[in-house]
Amino acid sequence: MVEHVHSSGEEPCVTLDAFLSQSNATAVRLEPDEDARALIPHLDRLALIEVAFPKFRDGRGYSSARILREAGYTGELRAQGDVLVDQIAYMKRCGFDTFAPEKALNPADVEAALTRWPEHYQGAADGAVPIWKLRHG
Amino acid sequence: MYKYDEYDQQMVDARVAEFSDQVRRRLAGEITEDQFKPLRLMNGLYLQLHAYMLRVAVPYGTLDSRQMRMLAHIARKYDRDYGHFTTRQNIQYNWIKLEDAPAILADLASVEMHAIQTSGNCIRNISSDQWAGAAADEITDPRPWAELLRQWSSFHPEFSYLPRKFKIAVIAANEDRAAMRLHDIGIQIVEKDGQHGAAFYVGGGMGRTPMIAPLIKDFVPLDDMLSYAEACLRVYNRYGRRDNIYKARIKILIHELGADEYRRQVEEEFKHVKSLGIDPPKAEFDRIAAQFAPPALDASAPDAIDRSDPDFAVWVDQNVAKHKVSGHAIVNISLKPVGGIPGDASSAQIDLMADLAEQYSHDELRVTHAQNIVLPHVRKADLYAIWQALDAAGLATPNLDLISDIIACPGLDYCSLANARSIPVAQKIATRFSDLGRQKELGELKLKISGCINACGHHHAGHIGILGVDRKGIENYQLLLGGSGAEDVSLGTITGPGFDEDGIVDAIERVTDKYLAERTEGERFVDTFRRVGMAPFKEAIYG
Repeated sequence: MVEHVHSSGEEPCVTLDAFLSQSNATAVRLEPDEDARALIPHLDRLALIEVAFPKFRDGRGYSSARILREAGYTGELRAQGDVLVDQIAYMKRCGFDTFAPEKALNPADVEAALTRWPEHYQGAADGAVPIWKLRHG
Repeated sequence: MYKYDEYDQQMVDARVAEFSDQVRRRLAGEITEDQFKPLRLMNGLYLQLHAYMLRVAVPYGTLDSRQMRMLAHIARKYDRDYGHFTTRQNIQYNWIKLEDAPAILADLASVEMHAIQTSGNCIRNISSDQWAGAAADEITDPRPWAELLRQWSSFHPEFSYLPRKFKIAVIAANEDRAAMRLHDIGIQIVEKDGQHGAAFYVGGGMGRTPMIAPLIKDFVPLDDMLSYAEACLRVYNRYGRRDNIYKARIKILIHELGADEYRRQVEEEFKHVKSLGIDPPKAEFDRIAAQFAPPALDASAPDAIDRSDPDFAVWVDQNVAKHKVSGHAIVNISLKPVGGIPGDASSAQIDLMADLAEQYSHDELRVTHAQNIVLPHVRKADLYAIWQALDAAGLATPNLDLISDIIACPGLDYCSLANARSIPVAQKIATRFSDLGRQKELGELKLKISGCINACGHHHAGHIGILGVDRKGIENYQLLLGGSGAEDVSLGTITGPGFDEDGIVDAIERVTDKYLAERTEGERFVDTFRRVGMAPFKEAIYG
């Protein structure tokens, strides 16, 4: 599932600090330098985690996403910010399921990017079966 | 040699399609150069001083004759009829047109080759011992381990926007021919209780802050290797510095944390990562290892070499190394003719080396980090025929590991980062020391030249290192002594004030004269330096 814009009417994300001190929020925004593991005790009451990509070259958010999925988070995981079409296939593999790019993406390019790789060498957070497992059953 | 199966092939084919589309969008102006840059870099395409440079991966330096011929074909069709072999066992082409790049990648994919992750802030081509599978001193062939790492690191979704580039080398011998501890991760395959495992050295590197990698884990079992590597990378991706490009390599993180604290964090991450099931089963390693099975070599082949041709005998003594199987040898082809450009080879020379590999070396070639080529599995009885063919093509320079076997980066002649030229300095030094008797008298002497502080020419690891800098618009060359990239790894020390282009050649001559005066019987240059220290050399250089 790829969304290119924020859906209106959703609860706004609070900062990590605000979330940790305010128990009723269900949406939180994680900056690149914030520790995703701080959210692990609270995952069951979160409906949305927005991971910020202020610059596309800053890849910390990929690790944040995997850590959250690996900890069992099943809610919406959104990549927001400088999110480019050539990054979203990797983002999806790391567990992101929605995208809120600052600049709208061409839907045809998105479709091509997300369907280009039939298989993957390594296991990640998208449930894809790695090639070594396909080789050995 | 590793052969692609349908999965490997579809990965490189998909990459060609993806990059063709990215080039199309760039040429159409749909993406900016800033957005295109990391994409082209992850496909090995740099924008240099005069043109695009394409760096093609040669995984762990191993290739067959068909692949070698493709490298010649690319040089002939898309470049200026030559290629440049690099210190990471790759090949670069210096005069590529952007619009040709997709076609070149398609040509490469047709022979199971690619330019994936030869640049960019991702895990680069895995390098290894150029004598793997042939060396008399290895405990096993390191390449199956390297291939496992290659597949794991290719298109890794979490580690493609790291703080900085990431280089991994794998060796399996005590003699280190791959500068293992000067990599972000250096792995040495070791044996414990009858099992092979990986010793992880993490946080080495050259560049402006050279560091020797500390040992982080002495034995990682095969079953845990990829999880352990993943943990090492995840800690780096999360906590490596991103505020300053010059402090972004993992060596800085480990230096700032300390090896013990880094190890603690990796171990903690590893406990978690190990639970994810990302390590392939032993059957996958065995599948890969079977493809690196040693070629069928006849151990009863004659061991004697007819040395009646004196020029041939000189070459045998210098460039031919011991093979693990009797009656066989490892041939090292020097790409360092006197006055030539270190690491360059013409299409015709590349084709010739491919022919020789096919005819005499079980179809295998290797690229070395010292920018030479190896025929790893040669019958001693065939050496003379090989030497004659090499000699006729200008490829029989008998200078392996001598002072004229120089590593040099492309320097200011090509590179947009360089401050000074490297190639003309290498040519002048090789010319000054062109007398082979004099070179042999000096013995093993590894001379390495970088044209800027980024150290692509490995100057920190040279017995003699040269660093080109820009001083008020004038090229200036600093001299370093006492480095090594081998198992006796060390970092060179700057002698003092730098020199101009001719001055550096004179200074090196004073250094080598001093060595000859100081050395004890059979002592290598670097050992003399370590014994007597900098002072006598400084005195000789500066008076």
